[in-house]
Amino acid sequence: MQVKVLSARFDIPDAHKIEVAKENGAYATLEKVFSMQPIEVIELVKQSGLRGRGGAGFPTGLKWSFLPKNNQKPVYLAVNSDESEPATFKDRHILVLDPHAMIEGIIICCYAINSHDAYIYIRGEYTTQVKVLQAAIDEAYAAGYLGASVCGQDYRLDVTVHRGAGAYICGEETALLESIEGRKGQPRSKPPFPAVEGLYGCPTIINNVQSIASLPFILTNGADAYKAFGTEKSPGTHLFGISGLVKKPGMYELPLGLPLLEVIEKVAGGLREGRTLKGIIPGGSSTPVLTPEEAQTVTLDYESMAAHKTMFGSGGIVVLDDTVDIVKLVENLIHFYHHESCGQCTPCREGLGWMLKIVKKIIGGNGTTADINLLVELCDNIEMKTVCVLSAACTMPVRSYLNKFRHEFEAYVKSDVSCQTAM
Amino acid sequence: MSDRSQLIETGVPFTFDAQRDAEFERLVKRYPTRESMILPALWLAQEQEGWISAEAIGYIADRIGTFASQVFEVATFYTMYNLHPMGKFHICVCRTLSCYLLGKQEIVDYLKRELGIKPGEVSKDGQFSLEEVECLGHCGTAPVVQVNGEFYENMNVDKLKELLATLK
Repeated sequence: MQVKVLSARFDIPDAHKIEVAKENGAYATLEKVFSMQPIEVIELVKQSGLRGRGGAGFPTGLKWSFLPKNNQKPVYLAVNSDESEPATFKDRHILVLDPHAMIEGIIICCYAINSHDAYIYIRGEYTTQVKVLQAAIDEAYAAGYLGASVCGQDYRLDVTVHRGAGAYICGEETALLESIEGRKGQPRSKPPFPAVEGLYGCPTIINNVQSIASLPFILTNGADAYKAFGTEKSPGTHLFGISGLVKKPGMYELPLGLPLLEVIEKVAGGLREGRTLKGIIPGGSSTPVLTPEEAQTVTLDYESMAAHKTMFGSGGIVVLDDTVDIVKLVENLIHFYHHESCGQCTPCREGLGWMLKIVKKIIGGNGTTADINLLVELCDNIEMKTVCVLSAACTMPVRSYLNKFRHEFEAYVKSDVSCQTAM
Repeated sequence: MSDRSQLIETGVPFTFDAQRDAEFERLVKRYPTRESMILPALWLAQEQEGWISAEAIGYIADRIGTFASQVFEVATFYTMYNLHPMGKFHICVCRTLSCYLLGKQEIVDYLKRELGIKPGEVSKDGQFSLEEVECLGHCGTAPVVQVNGEFYENMNVDKLKELLATLK
Protein backbone atom coordinates (compact mmCIF):
# COMPACT_ATOMS: atom_id res chain seq x y z
CA MET A 1 0.00 0.00 0.00
CA GLN A 2 2.92 2.33 0.76
CA VAL A 3 4.39 4.52 -1.97
CA LYS A 4 7.58 6.55 -2.31
CA VAL A 5 6.97 10.00 -3.72
CA LEU A 6 7.65 12.45 -0.90
CA SER A 7 9.59 9.82 0.98
CA ALA A 8 11.65 8.71 -2.04
CA ARG A 9 14.93 9.70 -0.37
CA PHE A 10 13.95 8.98 3.24
CA ASP A 11 15.70 5.58 3.31
CA ILE A 12 18.90 6.76 1.63
CA PRO A 13 21.64 7.26 4.22
CA ASP A 14 22.72 10.90 4.58
CA ALA A 15 20.10 12.17 2.11
CA HIS A 16 19.92 15.32 4.25
CA LYS A 17 23.35 16.21 2.85
CA ILE A 18 23.32 18.07 -0.43
CA GLU A 19 25.76 15.81 -2.35
CA VAL A 20 23.73 12.71 -1.52
CA ALA A 21 20.44 14.47 -2.23
CA LYS A 22 21.74 15.71 -5.58
CA GLU A 23 23.01 12.26 -6.58
CA ASN A 24 19.45 11.15 -6.01
CA GLY A 25 17.70 13.82 -8.03
CA ALA A 26 17.46 16.89 -5.77
CA TYR A 27 17.49 20.27 -7.55
CA ALA A 28 17.42 18.52 -10.96
CA THR A 29 14.12 20.07 -11.95
CA LEU A 30 15.18 23.69 -11.43
CA GLU A 31 16.58 24.10 -14.93
CA LYS A 32 13.17 23.18 -16.32
CA VAL A 33 11.44 25.48 -13.82
CA PHE A 34 13.52 28.50 -14.84
CA SER A 35 12.75 27.78 -18.52
CA MET A 36 9.05 28.14 -17.71
CA GLN A 37 7.09 31.33 -17.09
CA PRO A 38 5.94 31.73 -13.44
CA ILE A 39 2.31 31.55 -14.58
CA GLU A 40 3.04 28.21 -16.25
CA VAL A 41 4.37 26.86 -12.95
CA ILE A 42 1.21 27.99 -11.18
CA GLU A 43 -0.96 26.38 -13.90
CA LEU A 44 0.94 23.10 -13.60
CA VAL A 45 0.48 23.03 -9.82
CA LYS A 46 -3.22 23.81 -10.31
CA GLN A 47 -3.53 20.95 -12.79
CA SER A 48 -1.82 18.55 -10.38
CA GLY A 49 -4.68 19.09 -7.94
CA LEU A 50 -2.24 19.43 -5.03
CA ARG A 51 -4.15 20.45 -1.92
CA GLY A 52 -2.71 22.17 1.14
CA ARG A 53 -1.30 19.56 3.46
CA GLY A 54 -1.47 21.61 6.64
CA GLY A 55 -4.98 20.43 7.32
CA ALA A 56 -7.39 22.62 5.38
CA GLY A 57 -6.82 20.94 2.01
CA PHE A 58 -7.18 24.16 0.03
CA PRO A 59 -5.85 23.80 -3.55
CA THR A 60 -2.26 25.07 -3.51
CA GLY A 61 -2.14 26.47 -7.06
CA LEU A 62 -5.41 28.30 -6.55
CA LYS A 63 -4.06 29.85 -3.33
CA TRP A 64 -1.08 31.19 -5.26
CA SER A 65 -3.33 32.70 -7.91
CA PHE A 66 -5.04 34.88 -5.27
CA LEU A 67 -2.00 37.15 -5.16
CA PRO A 68 -2.97 40.58 -6.48
CA LYS A 69 -2.13 41.32 -10.11
CA ASN A 70 0.12 44.29 -10.92
CA ASN A 71 1.42 44.20 -7.38
CA GLN A 72 4.26 46.63 -6.60
CA LYS A 73 5.02 45.40 -3.07
CA PRO A 74 7.35 42.55 -2.12
CA VAL A 75 5.74 39.11 -2.03
CA TYR A 76 6.62 36.76 0.84
CA LEU A 77 6.46 33.02 1.28
CA ALA A 78 6.01 31.65 4.78
CA VAL A 79 6.50 27.91 5.08
CA ASN A 80 4.44 26.58 7.94
CA SER A 81 6.53 24.11 9.85
CA ASP A 82 4.83 24.67 13.17
CA GLU A 83 3.34 21.14 13.18
CA SER A 84 1.76 21.36 16.61
CA GLU A 85 -1.59 19.64 16.16
CA PRO A 86 -1.55 16.64 18.48
CA ALA A 87 -1.11 13.41 16.49
CA THR A 88 0.74 15.21 13.68
CA PHE A 89 4.37 14.28 13.12
CA LYS A 90 4.85 14.16 9.36
CA ASP A 91 6.65 17.39 8.40
CA ARG A 92 9.42 16.60 10.88
CA HIS A 93 10.44 13.66 8.69
CA ILE A 94 10.87 15.94 5.68
CA LEU A 95 12.89 18.47 7.71
CA VAL A 96 15.31 15.85 8.95
CA LEU A 97 15.42 13.18 6.24
CA ASP A 98 15.05 15.26 3.07
CA PRO A 99 15.31 18.99 3.78
CA HIS A 100 16.56 19.63 0.23
CA ALA A 101 13.19 18.51 -1.17
CA MET A 102 11.61 21.33 0.81
CA ILE A 103 14.28 23.86 -0.19
CA GLU A 104 13.83 22.90 -3.85
CA GLY A 105 10.08 23.28 -3.36
CA ILE A 106 10.62 26.73 -1.85
CA ILE A 107 12.63 27.80 -4.90
CA ILE A 108 9.87 26.53 -7.21
CA CYS A 109 7.14 28.26 -5.21
CA CYS A 110 9.00 31.55 -4.84
CA TYR A 111 9.78 31.65 -8.57
CA ALA A 112 6.10 31.01 -9.35
CA ILE A 113 4.82 33.74 -7.03
CA ASN A 114 7.69 36.16 -7.70
CA SER A 115 8.98 36.17 -4.14
CA HIS A 116 12.54 36.83 -3.04
CA ASP A 117 12.18 36.18 0.67
CA ALA A 118 10.96 32.99 2.26
CA TYR A 119 10.62 32.35 5.98
CA ILE A 120 10.41 28.86 7.39
CA TYR A 121 8.47 29.05 10.64
CA ILE A 122 9.53 26.02 12.67
CA ARG A 123 8.15 25.16 16.09
CA GLY A 124 10.58 25.86 18.92
CA GLU A 125 10.42 22.30 20.25
CA TYR A 126 12.07 21.01 17.07
CA THR A 127 15.53 21.69 18.49
CA THR A 128 17.48 18.92 16.80
CA GLN A 129 15.46 19.24 13.60
CA VAL A 130 16.20 22.96 13.18
CA LYS A 131 19.93 22.22 13.18
CA VAL A 132 19.59 19.76 10.29
CA LEU A 133 17.38 22.20 8.43
CA GLN A 134 19.75 25.16 8.91
CA ALA A 135 22.73 23.05 7.81
CA ALA A 136 20.85 22.11 4.63
CA ILE A 137 20.02 25.75 3.93
CA ASP A 138 23.67 26.70 4.43
CA GLU A 139 24.63 23.98 1.94
CA ALA A 140 22.09 25.27 -0.57
CA TYR A 141 23.54 28.79 -0.26
CA ALA A 142 27.07 27.46 -0.75
CA ALA A 143 25.96 25.50 -3.82
CA GLY A 144 24.32 28.55 -5.40
CA TYR A 145 20.73 27.35 -5.10
CA LEU A 146 19.93 30.20 -2.72
CA GLY A 147 21.30 33.72 -2.48
CA ALA A 148 21.91 36.59 -4.87
CA SER A 149 21.78 34.51 -8.02
CA VAL A 150 19.79 31.30 -7.81
CA CYS A 151 21.20 28.70 -10.24
CA GLY A 152 23.07 31.48 -12.03
CA GLN A 153 19.80 33.22 -12.90
CA ASP A 154 19.13 36.91 -12.38
CA TYR A 155 16.99 35.97 -9.43
CA ARG A 156 17.65 36.52 -5.71
CA LEU A 157 16.14 34.27 -3.08
CA ASP A 158 16.84 34.34 0.66
CA VAL A 159 15.48 31.67 2.98
CA THR A 160 15.42 32.39 6.72
CA VAL A 161 14.47 30.03 9.51
CA HIS A 162 12.28 31.66 12.15
CA ARG A 163 11.91 29.65 15.34
CA GLY A 164 8.70 29.66 17.32
CA ALA A 165 8.87 29.17 21.07
CA GLY A 166 6.07 26.92 22.19
CA ALA A 167 2.71 28.18 20.96
CA TYR A 168 0.31 25.90 19.06
CA ILE A 169 -1.61 28.94 17.86
CA CYS A 170 1.32 29.99 15.64
CA GLY A 171 0.32 27.21 13.25
CA GLU A 172 -2.68 29.43 12.44
CA GLU A 173 -1.46 31.35 9.45
CA THR A 174 -2.02 34.91 10.64
CA ALA A 175 -0.70 34.14 14.13
CA LEU A 176 2.37 32.77 12.38
CA LEU A 177 2.78 36.09 10.57
CA GLU A 178 2.37 38.02 13.82
CA SER A 179 5.08 35.86 15.34
CA ILE A 180 7.51 36.54 12.48
CA GLU A 181 6.79 40.25 12.91
CA GLY A 182 7.89 39.96 16.54
CA ARG A 183 4.60 39.88 18.39
CA LYS A 184 2.45 37.52 20.40
CA GLY A 185 0.86 34.86 18.22
CA GLN A 186 -2.63 36.30 18.18
CA PRO A 187 -4.54 35.64 14.95
CA ARG A 188 -5.73 38.52 12.78
CA SER A 189 -9.29 39.12 11.64
CA LYS A 190 -9.81 38.11 8.02
CA PRO A 191 -10.30 39.66 5.50
CA PRO A 192 -7.86 40.93 4.41
CA PHE A 193 -6.46 37.50 3.63
CA PRO A 194 -2.68 37.06 3.69
CA ALA A 195 -2.50 36.68 -0.10
CA VAL A 196 -3.53 40.34 -0.26
CA GLU A 197 -2.19 41.70 3.02
CA GLY A 198 0.05 39.34 4.96
CA LEU A 199 3.57 39.67 6.27
CA TYR A 200 4.61 43.33 6.77
CA GLY A 201 1.37 44.32 5.05
CA CYS A 202 2.51 42.69 1.81
CA PRO A 203 1.02 39.85 -0.25
CA THR A 204 2.03 36.58 1.40
CA ILE A 205 1.59 32.90 0.63
CA ILE A 206 1.62 30.48 3.53
CA ASN A 207 2.12 26.82 2.63
CA ASN A 208 2.72 23.74 4.71
CA VAL A 209 6.08 21.92 4.54
CA GLN A 210 4.55 18.86 2.90
CA SER A 211 2.77 20.93 0.24
CA ILE A 212 6.06 22.63 -0.61
CA ALA A 213 8.01 19.35 -0.62
CA SER A 214 5.47 17.89 -3.07
CA LEU A 215 6.40 20.45 -5.73
CA PRO A 216 9.67 18.94 -7.07
CA PHE A 217 7.89 15.69 -8.00
CA ILE A 218 5.08 17.59 -9.73
CA LEU A 219 7.46 19.83 -11.69
CA THR A 220 9.70 16.92 -12.64
CA ASN A 221 7.05 14.40 -13.61
CA GLY A 222 4.07 16.55 -14.51
CA ALA A 223 0.55 16.93 -13.21
CA ASP A 224 -0.69 13.60 -14.59
CA ALA A 225 2.04 11.64 -12.82
CA TYR A 226 0.93 13.20 -9.52
CA LYS A 227 -2.74 12.63 -10.28
CA ALA A 228 -1.97 8.98 -10.97
CA PHE A 229 -1.94 8.67 -7.19
CA GLY A 230 -5.03 9.18 -5.06
CA THR A 231 -8.59 9.93 -6.10
CA GLU A 232 -9.97 12.35 -8.66
CA LYS A 233 -10.74 15.09 -6.13
CA SER A 234 -7.99 14.20 -3.65
CA PRO A 235 -5.02 13.42 -5.86
CA GLY A 236 -1.50 12.60 -4.78
CA THR A 237 0.14 11.06 -1.78
CA HIS A 238 0.27 12.03 1.88
CA LEU A 239 2.52 11.33 4.83
CA PHE A 240 0.13 9.76 7.32
CA GLY A 241 1.09 9.59 10.97
CA ILE A 242 -0.56 6.64 12.65
CA SER A 243 -0.30 6.60 16.43
CA GLY A 244 -2.12 5.46 19.52
CA LEU A 245 -3.02 1.89 20.32
CA VAL A 246 -1.78 -0.03 17.27
CA LYS A 247 1.00 -2.57 16.89
CA LYS A 248 3.13 -0.56 14.46
CA PRO A 249 2.66 3.16 14.94
CA GLY A 250 4.66 5.40 12.62
CA MET A 251 4.77 7.67 9.59
CA TYR A 252 3.69 6.07 6.32
CA GLU A 253 3.39 7.57 2.86
CA LEU A 254 0.22 6.42 1.15
CA PRO A 255 -1.82 7.52 -1.83
CA LEU A 256 -5.04 9.25 -0.81
CA GLY A 257 -8.28 7.30 -1.01
CA LEU A 258 -7.37 4.04 0.75
CA PRO A 259 -9.86 2.46 3.16
CA LEU A 260 -9.03 3.60 6.71
CA LEU A 261 -9.52 0.26 8.44
CA GLU A 262 -7.46 -1.59 5.84
CA VAL A 263 -4.61 0.87 6.37
CA ILE A 264 -4.73 0.42 10.13
CA GLU A 265 -4.74 -3.36 9.71
CA LYS A 266 -2.19 -3.82 6.94
CA VAL A 267 0.12 -0.83 7.39
CA ALA A 268 0.01 -0.13 11.13
CA GLY A 269 -0.26 -3.78 12.16
CA GLY A 270 -3.77 -3.54 13.55
CA LEU A 271 -4.90 -3.42 17.16
CA ARG A 272 -2.90 -4.93 19.98
CA GLU A 273 -3.66 -8.55 20.96
CA GLY A 274 -7.06 -9.10 22.45
CA ARG A 275 -8.22 -5.53 22.03
CA THR A 276 -11.27 -4.21 20.20
CA LEU A 277 -11.66 -0.91 18.38
CA LYS A 278 -13.46 1.92 20.21
CA GLY A 279 -12.86 4.83 17.86
CA ILE A 280 -10.50 6.52 15.43
CA ILE A 281 -9.37 10.14 15.34
CA PRO A 282 -8.86 10.57 11.60
CA GLY A 283 -6.75 13.69 11.07
CA GLY A 284 -5.31 15.23 14.21
CA SER A 285 -6.86 15.92 17.61
CA SER A 286 -9.20 18.61 16.29
CA THR A 287 -11.07 16.29 13.92
CA PRO A 288 -14.32 14.66 15.11
CA VAL A 289 -13.89 11.04 16.19
CA LEU A 290 -15.20 8.13 14.11
CA THR A 291 -16.96 5.14 15.69
CA PRO A 292 -15.94 1.62 14.54
CA GLU A 293 -19.15 1.46 12.46
CA GLU A 294 -18.43 4.79 10.74
CA ALA A 295 -14.81 3.82 10.19
CA GLN A 296 -15.87 0.84 8.09
CA THR A 297 -16.87 3.03 5.15
CA VAL A 298 -14.30 5.83 5.41
CA THR A 299 -11.49 6.24 2.91
CA LEU A 300 -8.45 8.47 3.44
CA ASP A 301 -9.45 11.44 1.31
CA TYR A 302 -11.00 14.85 1.86
CA GLU A 303 -14.41 13.94 0.37
CA SER A 304 -14.98 10.72 2.28
CA MET A 305 -14.01 12.39 5.56
CA ALA A 306 -16.43 15.26 4.89
CA ALA A 307 -19.20 12.79 4.00
CA HIS A 308 -18.67 11.21 7.42
CA LYS A 309 -18.92 14.65 9.09
CA THR A 310 -15.28 14.75 10.05
CA MET A 311 -12.11 16.07 8.43
CA PHE A 312 -9.04 14.76 6.67
CA GLY A 313 -7.02 17.30 8.63
CA SER A 314 -3.30 16.71 8.92
CA GLY A 315 -3.42 12.96 8.31
CA GLY A 316 -2.62 12.26 11.96
CA ILE A 317 -4.62 9.13 12.72
CA VAL A 318 -5.05 8.02 16.33
CA VAL A 319 -6.45 4.59 17.11
CA LEU A 320 -8.44 4.18 20.33
CA ASP A 321 -9.15 0.70 21.70
CA ASP A 322 -11.46 -0.57 24.43
CA THR A 323 -9.00 0.39 27.18
CA VAL A 324 -9.47 4.10 26.51
CA ASP A 325 -11.60 6.15 28.91
CA ILE A 326 -13.23 8.64 26.55
CA VAL A 327 -14.05 11.13 29.31
CA LYS A 328 -10.42 11.29 30.43
CA LEU A 329 -9.30 11.54 26.81
CA VAL A 330 -11.62 14.52 26.41
CA GLU A 331 -10.09 16.08 29.53
CA ASN A 332 -6.65 15.66 27.97
CA LEU A 333 -7.78 17.34 24.75
CA ILE A 334 -9.58 20.24 26.42
CA HIS A 335 -6.51 20.81 28.61
CA PHE A 336 -4.42 21.12 25.45
CA TYR A 337 -6.67 23.66 23.72
CA HIS A 338 -7.27 25.65 26.91
CA HIS A 339 -3.51 25.83 27.47
CA GLU A 340 -2.90 26.88 23.87
CA SER A 341 -5.64 29.52 23.63
CA CYS A 342 -3.91 32.80 22.79
CA GLY A 343 -6.24 34.67 25.11
CA GLN A 344 -7.47 37.18 22.57
CA CYS A 345 -11.16 36.17 22.42
CA THR A 346 -13.22 35.71 25.57
CA PRO A 347 -15.31 32.69 24.43
CA CYS A 348 -12.12 30.71 23.81
CA ARG A 349 -9.98 31.99 26.69
CA GLU A 350 -12.71 31.58 29.33
CA GLY A 351 -14.98 29.02 27.69
CA LEU A 352 -12.39 26.32 27.23
CA GLY A 353 -11.43 26.81 30.89
CA TRP A 354 -15.05 26.29 31.92
CA MET A 355 -15.23 23.15 29.82
CA LEU A 356 -12.10 21.82 31.51
CA LYS A 357 -13.54 22.53 34.96
CA ILE A 358 -16.78 20.76 34.10
CA VAL A 359 -15.14 17.65 32.68
CA LYS A 360 -12.84 17.49 35.73
CA LYS A 361 -15.91 17.75 37.94
CA ILE A 362 -17.51 14.84 36.05
CA ILE A 363 -14.36 12.72 36.36
CA GLY A 364 -14.17 13.57 40.07
CA GLY A 365 -17.58 12.00 40.55
CA ASN A 366 -19.34 15.28 41.27
CA GLY A 367 -20.94 15.78 37.87
CA THR A 368 -24.60 15.64 36.91
CA THR A 369 -26.45 15.05 33.67
CA ALA A 370 -26.93 18.79 33.59
CA ASP A 371 -23.15 19.15 33.42
CA ILE A 372 -23.00 16.92 30.34
CA ASN A 373 -25.68 19.06 28.72
CA LEU A 374 -23.82 22.19 29.75
CA LEU A 375 -20.72 20.91 27.95
CA VAL A 376 -22.77 20.53 24.76
CA GLU A 377 -24.23 24.00 25.22
CA LEU A 378 -20.78 25.51 25.77
CA CYS A 379 -19.54 23.91 22.56
CA ASP A 380 -22.38 25.60 20.68
CA ASN A 381 -21.77 28.96 22.36
CA ILE A 382 -18.01 29.03 21.82
CA GLU A 383 -17.75 27.77 18.28
CA MET A 384 -17.46 30.35 15.46
CA LYS A 385 -17.59 33.25 17.93
CA THR A 386 -13.86 33.86 17.86
CA VAL A 387 -11.30 35.38 15.50
CA CYS A 388 -9.73 32.04 14.58
CA VAL A 389 -10.75 28.39 14.67
CA LEU A 390 -8.72 27.27 17.70
CA SER A 391 -11.84 27.12 19.84
CA ALA A 392 -13.67 25.15 17.14
CA ALA A 393 -10.70 22.80 17.00
CA CYS A 394 -11.63 21.95 20.58
CA THR A 395 -15.43 22.07 20.45
CA MET A 396 -15.86 20.07 17.22
CA PRO A 397 -14.11 16.94 18.50
CA VAL A 398 -15.51 17.34 22.04
CA ARG A 399 -19.04 17.53 20.64
CA SER A 400 -18.37 14.35 18.66
CA TYR A 401 -17.28 12.50 21.81
CA LEU A 402 -20.32 13.81 23.67
CA ASN A 403 -22.63 12.62 20.89
CA LYS A 404 -21.03 9.29 20.12
CA PHE A 405 -19.84 8.25 23.57
CA ARG A 406 -22.42 9.95 25.78
CA HIS A 407 -22.91 6.73 27.71
CA GLU A 408 -19.35 7.00 29.00
CA PHE A 409 -20.01 10.48 30.37
CA GLU A 410 -23.30 9.27 31.84
CA ALA A 411 -21.56 6.35 33.53
CA TYR A 412 -19.62 8.90 35.57
CA VAL A 413 -22.77 10.65 36.77
CA LYS A 414 -25.13 7.65 36.86
CA SER A 415 -24.98 7.11 40.59
CA ASP A 416 -25.73 10.75 41.18
CA VAL A 417 -29.37 11.29 42.16
CA SER A 418 -29.14 15.01 41.59
CA CYS A 419 -29.09 14.42 37.84
CA GLN A 420 -32.82 13.71 38.06
CA THR A 421 -33.59 17.07 39.55
CA ALA A 422 -31.06 18.88 37.40
CA MET A 423 -33.00 17.90 34.29
CA MET B 1 4.24 26.24 34.55
CA SER B 2 5.45 28.55 37.23
CA ASP B 3 4.76 32.27 37.40
CA ARG B 4 5.55 33.81 34.04
CA SER B 5 4.61 37.36 34.92
CA GLN B 6 7.71 38.32 36.89
CA LEU B 7 11.19 38.98 35.58
CA ILE B 8 14.23 38.28 37.72
CA GLU B 9 17.07 40.78 37.96
CA THR B 10 20.59 39.41 38.18
CA GLY B 11 22.26 42.72 38.97
CA VAL B 12 24.74 42.02 36.19
CA PRO B 13 24.54 43.79 32.82
CA PHE B 14 23.69 41.52 29.88
CA THR B 15 25.36 41.57 26.46
CA PHE B 16 25.54 39.02 23.66
CA ASP B 17 28.84 37.15 23.43
CA ALA B 18 30.77 37.37 20.12
CA GLN B 19 29.07 34.32 18.61
CA ARG B 20 25.53 35.55 19.42
CA ASP B 21 26.43 39.06 18.37
CA ALA B 22 27.46 37.79 14.94
CA GLU B 23 24.30 35.69 14.63
CA PHE B 24 22.16 38.71 15.57
CA GLU B 25 23.84 40.80 12.87
CA ARG B 26 23.42 38.01 10.28
CA LEU B 27 19.72 37.63 11.03
CA VAL B 28 18.75 41.28 11.36
CA LYS B 29 19.52 41.82 7.67
CA ARG B 30 16.96 39.18 6.75
CA TYR B 31 13.95 41.08 8.05
CA PRO B 32 12.47 44.36 6.83
CA THR B 33 11.69 45.43 10.42
CA ARG B 34 13.91 45.20 13.48
CA GLU B 35 10.97 44.07 15.64
CA SER B 36 11.11 40.73 13.81
CA MET B 37 14.32 40.10 15.74
CA ILE B 38 12.49 39.89 19.08
CA LEU B 39 11.92 36.12 18.98
CA PRO B 40 15.35 35.26 17.51
CA ALA B 41 17.10 37.58 20.00
CA LEU B 42 15.26 35.98 22.93
CA TRP B 43 16.44 32.59 21.68
CA LEU B 44 20.02 33.85 21.46
CA ALA B 45 19.88 35.18 25.02
CA GLN B 46 18.43 31.92 26.30
CA GLU B 47 21.04 29.83 24.47
CA GLN B 48 23.75 31.95 26.02
CA GLU B 49 22.52 32.03 29.63
CA GLY B 50 20.00 29.19 29.83
CA TRP B 51 17.25 31.63 30.75
CA ILE B 52 16.12 35.22 30.15
CA SER B 53 16.70 37.82 32.85
CA ALA B 54 15.30 41.34 33.24
CA GLU B 55 18.66 42.63 32.05
CA ALA B 56 18.49 40.47 28.91
CA ILE B 57 15.00 41.84 28.14
CA GLY B 58 16.31 45.39 28.47
CA TYR B 59 19.36 44.66 26.34
CA ILE B 60 17.28 43.10 23.56
CA ALA B 61 14.87 46.04 23.57
CA ASP B 62 17.74 48.53 23.29
CA ARG B 63 19.51 46.48 20.65
CA ILE B 64 16.37 46.28 18.52
CA GLY B 65 15.22 49.80 19.26
CA THR B 66 11.89 48.99 20.82
CA PHE B 67 10.22 49.13 24.22
CA ALA B 68 11.21 46.61 26.89
CA SER B 69 7.48 46.05 27.44
CA GLN B 70 7.16 44.73 23.88
CA VAL B 71 9.97 42.23 24.41
CA PHE B 72 8.52 41.34 27.83
CA GLU B 73 5.10 40.71 26.28
CA VAL B 74 6.59 38.31 23.73
CA ALA B 75 8.80 36.56 26.31
CA THR B 76 5.82 35.85 28.55
CA PHE B 77 3.53 34.68 25.73
CA TYR B 78 5.80 31.95 24.38
CA THR B 79 6.18 29.20 26.96
CA MET B 80 9.60 27.98 25.84
CA TYR B 81 11.31 31.14 27.02
CA ASN B 82 12.58 30.45 30.52
CA LEU B 83 12.11 33.46 32.76
CA HIS B 84 14.05 31.92 35.63
CA PRO B 85 17.05 29.57 35.77
CA MET B 86 16.17 25.97 34.91
CA GLY B 87 17.94 22.81 36.03
CA LYS B 88 21.20 21.75 34.44
CA PHE B 89 19.04 19.02 32.90
CA HIS B 90 15.66 20.34 31.83
CA ILE B 91 13.31 17.40 31.36
CA CYS B 92 10.08 17.84 29.39
CA VAL B 93 7.50 15.07 29.25
CA CYS B 94 4.86 15.24 26.53
CA ARG B 95 1.41 15.03 28.12
CA THR B 96 -0.89 15.12 25.08
CA LEU B 97 -3.05 12.55 23.26
CA SER B 98 -0.80 9.74 21.95
CA CYS B 99 1.71 10.12 24.77
CA TYR B 100 -1.21 10.19 27.20
CA LEU B 101 -2.63 7.00 25.66
CA LEU B 102 0.73 5.26 25.89
CA GLY B 103 1.49 5.97 29.52
CA LYS B 104 3.06 9.40 29.99
CA GLN B 105 1.63 9.49 33.52
CA GLU B 106 3.86 6.61 34.66
CA ILE B 107 6.83 8.58 33.39
CA VAL B 108 5.77 11.78 35.13
CA ASP B 109 5.05 9.92 38.38
CA TYR B 110 8.43 8.18 38.26
CA LEU B 111 10.27 11.46 37.66
CA LYS B 112 8.38 13.18 40.47
CA ARG B 113 9.42 10.43 42.88
CA GLU B 114 12.97 10.13 41.62
CA LEU B 115 13.76 13.86 41.39
CA GLY B 116 11.64 14.95 44.31
CA ILE B 117 10.09 17.78 42.30
CA LYS B 118 6.75 18.45 40.68
CA PRO B 119 6.31 19.64 37.08
CA GLY B 120 7.21 23.34 36.99
CA GLU B 121 9.84 23.03 39.70
CA VAL B 122 13.64 23.00 39.83
CA SER B 123 15.51 20.65 42.19
CA LYS B 124 17.25 22.35 45.11
CA ASP B 125 20.71 21.40 43.84
CA GLY B 126 19.86 22.96 40.47
CA GLN B 127 20.52 19.69 38.63
CA PHE B 128 17.02 18.98 37.35
CA SER B 129 13.89 20.80 36.27
CA LEU B 130 10.73 19.01 35.21
CA GLU B 131 7.93 20.15 32.97
CA GLU B 132 4.86 18.56 31.44
CA VAL B 133 4.51 20.00 27.97
CA GLU B 134 1.91 19.84 25.22
CA CYS B 135 2.35 17.70 22.08
CA LEU B 136 6.01 17.43 21.00
CA GLY B 137 5.22 16.02 17.55
CA HIS B 138 6.64 12.54 18.16
CA CYS B 139 3.29 10.73 18.44
CA GLY B 140 4.41 7.70 16.42
CA THR B 141 7.12 6.95 18.97
CA ALA B 142 5.13 7.90 22.07
CA PRO B 143 5.66 8.45 24.89
CA VAL B 144 8.41 10.98 24.34
CA VAL B 145 10.69 12.85 26.73
CA GLN B 146 12.96 15.77 25.85
CA VAL B 147 16.11 16.52 27.86
CA ASN B 148 17.84 19.81 27.04
CA GLY B 149 16.28 19.63 23.58
CA GLU B 150 17.26 16.04 22.80
CA PHE B 151 14.38 13.66 22.10
CA TYR B 152 14.07 10.24 23.74
CA GLU B 153 11.36 8.17 22.10
CA ASN B 154 9.33 5.08 23.03
CA MET B 155 10.09 5.79 26.67
CA ASN B 156 9.25 3.65 29.66
CA VAL B 157 10.36 3.64 33.28
CA ASP B 158 13.25 1.24 32.65
CA LYS B 159 14.66 3.35 29.83
CA LEU B 160 14.15 6.42 31.95
CA LYS B 161 16.21 4.89 34.78
CA GLU B 162 19.07 4.31 32.32
CA LEU B 163 18.74 7.82 30.97
CA LEU B 164 18.75 9.46 34.41
CA ALA B 165 21.92 7.54 35.31
CA THR B 166 23.70 9.28 32.43
CA LEU B 167 22.60 12.76 33.49
CA LYS B 168 25.29 13.85 35.86
